[in-house]
Amino acid sequence: MSKQIRLRTPLSTEDAENLTSGDKVLLNGILLTGRDAAHRRLFELIKEGRELPIDIKGQVIYYVGPTPAKPGKPIGSAGPTTSYRMDPYSPKLIELGLKGMIGKGSRSQGVIEAMKRFKAVYFGATGGAGALLAKRIKKAEIIAYADLGPEAIRMLEVEDFPVIVINDTKGNDLYQEGIGRYAKADEADY
Amino acid sequence: MIREISTAEIIKVVRDLSIDANYNLGDDVLSAFKEAIEREDSAPAREVLKQLIENAKIAREEKVPICQDCGLAVVFMEIGQDVHIISGDLNEAINDGVRQGYREGYLRKSACHPFTRENTGDNTPAILHLQIVPGDKIRIIFAPKGGGSENMSRVDMLTPAAGIEGVKDFVVKCVSESGANPCPPTIVGVGVGGTFERSAILAKKALLRNIGDRNPDPELAEIEEEILKRINRLGIGPMGYGGNLTSLAVFLEVEPCHIASLPVAVNIQCHAARHKEAVI
Repeated sequence: MSKQIRLRTPLSTEDAENLTSGDKVLLNGILLTGRDAAHRRLFELIKEGRELPIDIKGQVIYYVGPTPAKPGKPIGSAGPTTSYRMDPYSPKLIELGLKGMIGKGSRSQGVIEAMKRFKAVYFGATGGAGALLAKRIKKAEIIAYADLGPEAIRMLEVEDFPVIVINDTKGNDLYQEGIGRYAKADEADY
Repeated sequence: MIREISTAEIIKVVRDLSIDANYNLGDDVLSAFKEAIEREDSAPAREVLKQLIENAKIAREEKVPICQDCGLAVVFMEIGQDVHIISGDLNEAINDGVRQGYREGYLRKSACHPFTRENTGDNTPAILHLQIVPGDKIRIIFAPKGGGSENMSRVDMLTPAAGIEGVKDFVVKCVSESGANPCPPTIVGVGVGGTFERSAILAKKALLRNIGDRNPDPELAEIEEEILKRINRLGIGPMGYGGNLTSLAVFLEVEPCHIASLPVAVNIQCHAARHKEAVI
C-alpha cells in the first residue's frame, strides 16, 4: 500500500531504497533545476572529462523551465516538463550520484536500469499545476548557465513539494501499474 | 462599406488575449475536472484533479500563468473582407501583441531556433492562421500551445481502404502511445481529409471548441463519442497514474480529400486547454 513520506534532500541511497512506486512524497530542502539545454551542456562537460558547475551527488533534479518571477515572488509558475527528452543524459548523471529526478511522463529502459543499478528514483509532479507548485518554492537562485533563461540551472529551496514515486529502485513503474489496474478490454478488439 | 481597423487596436487585443488565456482556465475545463473527480476512484488520480482545480484558482486570483509552458503563440484570425487594416503591417502587429503580452504578463518565452536552440527572446514569431470571411469585423482567437502535448501529435496518410475504422484506430493508438507524456486528461483534436497540411490545421482548429460542444453532424458526433470511450478504456488516467479519465473530449473535423488519400491528423492538447477570443 502506498504511503506518504516527508523527505529532506540531499537523498541517501537508503532514502531512495525505502521508496516504492505510488508513494506520495513531500520533498524539503534543495532541488536543482535543469532541462533540455542544461542537460546537453552538463553531458558535454562529462564527455570531455571536465568539472561540472554543480555537485550532483545525492541531489534531486527538477525538470522545469519556470515563467519569469513577478516582483516580490521567488519564482514564476513552475510545473514539470516531459522527462523523456532528458533520457539520453540521465543514466550518466545517475551513475555520478544523482539520486532523484522530478518530471512527468515515462522514462527509457536505460534510465530505469540505471535507477535500479545505482539506486535512484523518478518522481512525478503534476504537469500543468505550475501556479500551485510554485507556492512550495521558497527561494530560487540561478547557479549556472544564466544565458539559458528559463532553462538555466537554478537552486530551489522547497517546502513540502508534492510528488509521487513513479519508478523506484526495484524496477516498479507506477504508469505500468496504473494501466494494469484501470485498462478495460476494448470491444472493438473482439 | 469599408471599415478601417488600426494595427494599434489589433496589438492591444492580442496582448490582452495572450495574458487572459494564460491566467484564466476556461470554465468548461474546470467543470470537467470537477465532474471527473466524481468518476475517479484512484487516489492519485483524484489528487491530481484536486491539484488542477486548486491550481486554476491560484492562477486566476494571483494573476499568474496556469502552466509554466505558456506555449507558442497560435493565433487564428478571421478577417472580414470589408475590413481595411491601417497604420502598419498586420503580421508585425500580431507579433507586437505577443511581444507585449509575454513581457508584461510575465509569461515564459518558449520560441527558439530549431537547430541552435537559441531563444528568440520574445516568444515571436506567432503561428498565424488567417482566413478571409464575409463582413467588416476581425475575430481573433489566441490559443497558446504547450510543447509537451504538441510533441505527442501525429499525422498519417492512411489508404482509403483503412476507412473510418482506420481513423479511429490511429487516434486511439496515438493517445495510447503518448501515455503520461502530454499531461492527461487531454483533449484530442482530430482532422480528417484535405491535404497533408490541411488535416493538421483542422485538428488544431478542432481544439478551439469548448468541452461539451459536439460536431453538428450527428454521425461525426457519434464517432467522437466512440473514440472517446475507447480512449478512456486505456486506463492511462490523470497524469498517467492510472484511472478512468484519459481524455476529456475528442473533437473531430472532416473535409473532402483526394481520391487517393485519407489524411488524418491528431493534435493532442494537455488539460491546460487555453483559448480566448475577441471580436474587433
